[in-house]
Amino acid sequence: MEDIRFTPGLLPPEAEALRAEVRTFIADHLKGYPGVKRAKSWSGADPEFSKAMGARGWIGMTWPTEYGGGGRSFLERYVVLEEMLAAGAPVSAHWVADRQSGPLLLKFGTEDQRRKYIPAITRGESYFCIGMSEPNSGSDLASIRTRAEKTADGWRINGQKIWTSKAHTAHHMIALVRTRPQDPKDRHAGLSQFLIDMKETKGVTIRPIRNMAGEQMFNEVFFEDAEVPADALVGTEGGGWGQVTTELAFERSGPERYLSSYQLLFELVREIGADAGPAEAAGIGRLAAHLSTLRQMSISIATMLERGETPNLAAAIVKELGVAYEQDMPGKAHDIAGISPRTGGGDFDQVMAYMTMAARSFSLRGGTREIMRGIIARGLGLR
Amino acid sequence: MTGTSEMANILAEAAGRLLEDHVTRGVLGAAEDGTWPSDLWQVLEDNGLTQPLAPEDRGGRGASFADAFVIAFAAGRRRAPVPLVETMAAGWLLGRAGIEVPAGPLALIDGGGDLTFKDGALSGVAEGVPWAAQAGHLVAEIDGTVALIPTDAVTITPDRNMAGEPRDTVTFAKAKPSGTGTLDLTATLPVARTLGALMRAAQMAGAMEGAVTLAVQHAGDREQFGRPIAKFQAIQQMLARAAARAAQARSAAETAFLALDRAGDDLTDAEWDVAAAKVVAGEAAEIVYDAAHQTHGAIGFTYEHELHFTTRRLWAWRGEFGAETFWAQDIGRRVLARGADNLWPDLTARQMG
Ligand SMILES: Cc1cc2nc3c(=O)[nH]c(=O)nc-3n(C[C@H](O)[C@H](O)[C@H](O)COP(=O)(O)OP(=O)(O)OC[C@H]3O[C@@H](n4cnc5c(N)ncnc54)[C@H](O)[C@@H]3O)c2cc1C
Repeated sequence: MEDIRFTPGLLPPEAEALRAEVRTFIADHLKGYPGVKRAKSWSGADPEFSKAMGARGWIGMTWPTEYGGGGRSFLERYVVLEEMLAAGAPVSAHWVADRQSGPLLLKFGTEDQRRKYIPAITRGESYFCIGMSEPNSGSDLASIRTRAEKTADGWRINGQKIWTSKAHTAHHMIALVRTRPQDPKDRHAGLSQFLIDMKETKGVTIRPIRNMAGEQMFNEVFFEDAEVPADALVGTEGGGWGQVTTELAFERSGPERYLSSYQLLFELVREIGADAGPAEAAGIGRLAAHLSTLRQMSISIATMLERGETPNLAAAIVKELGVAYEQDMPGKAHDIAGISPRTGGGDFDQVMAYMTMAARSFSLRGGTREIMRGIIARGLGLR
Repeated sequence: MTGTSEMANILAEAAGRLLEDHVTRGVLGAAEDGTWPSDLWQVLEDNGLTQPLAPEDRGGRGASFADAFVIAFAAGRRRAPVPLVETMAAGWLLGRAGIEVPAGPLALIDGGGDLTFKDGALSGVAEGVPWAAQAGHLVAEIDGTVALIPTDAVTITPDRNMAGEPRDTVTFAKAKPSGTGTLDLTATLPVARTLGALMRAAQMAGAMEGAVTLAVQHAGDREQFGRPIAKFQAIQQMLARAAARAAQARSAAETAFLALDRAGDDLTDAEWDVAAAKVVAGEAAEIVYDAAHQTHGAIGFTYEHELHFTTRRLWAWRGEFGAETFWAQDIGRRVLARGADNLWPDLTARQMG
């Protein structure tokens, strides 16, 4: 059994100094921004906001400066992220590129790929989506069937992806596809990653899927003899599984894993007000206690990243705890305030209505609750 | 950023080893039957583990709270049946109030609630006082005054908590302290309660790690349907969830110890971190003891098996020095009084480096 320890981390002065800058930026850009839009935060997009963040150097903050990155620490990046999320800033346009596609390209991409794609990401002008899931492959990602065949001057892709967040606005997809037939003896072999231009590639069709909260956020993506050039391959042919696992670790450790429903806590505190009874105060207090301890754990992970560690087990634990917290928030708010929110009501009603519905997806996206617990169980030596 | 200090390493090593060696099942059982484990106490005192927090010129080691965390954690992990954490906390209080710290176990009185301090003497009744009968002295804090009272100046009626740990009723009838001093601290809650909750949060985190470890071991050993029960996904998922909550409790407790070091003379903000630690520890305990017992099956329900020495303490400790409701209300009131707009700025400012 691994020793599971989250050394308390403190943010260094340069990170705290950045906080004030970010707050001013948010105050300038998001004046009068409505509660229900804030509640969408990292699923709400605003290209102008992304560009403005890029101009400030707040996308690709930890990446090397030679590609337009900021060369700053993970702790500075952490502060920018948490401030954006706590304010409910519309950061989703560039979110995936900043969080995982950029780091993936920097780690596994060629020099040409880095020069070609990274600078535009840091400017907040280039958005990415993730093509992993398929209709018959969700948690069992290794079972995907979309395939790429070698052609004279590149690859031809056929198959289908689903649940692809933001495929309709993204410039590029990084897709996991099969480049060799499935090998029953090694299920993880024969998978490769491709960078697909979503605007220019012929044979790519995007069909939006409306979610139960009424948004059009994720999509089906069809590939019918979609031709991509040879340099669309990211990393090594057949090495896709290892790359995807690394990529998913980037996806699991950030503050978005406990701040997704922060706006509801904010509205709830406003709604309950200072003359609350003991049960209401205790309910709010429990939520605040979790918020503050989860934040410490998340900062601890940022500190481990800064030291060059890869805290995969710790990240899975924070995701398990954070997702439970943010997903339980609407239920707790219901216990405390006891309303049936109306979508035409005030901020509290609107945020409560949206969050109650949206929270169902929190324990699915980025690896389900059960899959995360499986990872933790492996860390405990149970499997 | 805090790493692990030299002092913390020394203390962790000593506490871990001594407690593991000396807190045997026999000692635990005997303590519950009323035998004071004098050898255990002696070895802890001889190795300087009982007064890490008191200043060196008052008989302590002058360690930081961050350093002392490991002792409290180990005390819970090993279920030390002695008032180790109470003595540590009381020693810190005495040190802050400029009172010489006596040798031997100390009993820390929670809150100060009904006690009055008038004309140089204490009156009133304190209930559930840990190890009053075994301690040489009691330490109370009443409205900023710290009093050290020899136990022969009070009347003690023995009682016990669910885990069989002494939790006595102490009657003070104009009891004369052998030393008093003033706490030069700003705090919104009785300091003894905050310190007690801090210690219990760390012990609970330790105990939860112990319970998860026992359950993981048992799951690997016990076979049903032709394989170790660890191979059943239901068991894996249950223990994964429990381990995550235990890790949260540990992180929260460690953060609270650090907050006390940073607090200086104003404990107001540190009280928040202590409150958060006690709340998440209590909530985590519910999940951890459920998972640990369920994994063990009937054997875990026997007195013979050691699991209950840990889980019964978790039940008892949840309610001591303020249960979750007490601390959650405290934080909740603060949040509500400050309003939604200050919630995030206050949170980030409080945990600033
Ligand atoms: C809002 C949202 C956005 C998303 N965005 C993207 C995206 O951008 N790109 C992308 O590729 N995907 C995306 N996904 C898909 C997401 O990754 C999948 O939903 C997830 O991996 C689960 O797959 P599934 O939905 O097919 O469920 P399934 O895998 O069918 O699972 C259904 C249930 O069975 C459980 N289960 C499955 N296998 C096991 C097992 N071995 N042990 C125990 N329980 C098991 C699951 O935990 C779950 O409870 C998104 C999903 C959502 C909800």
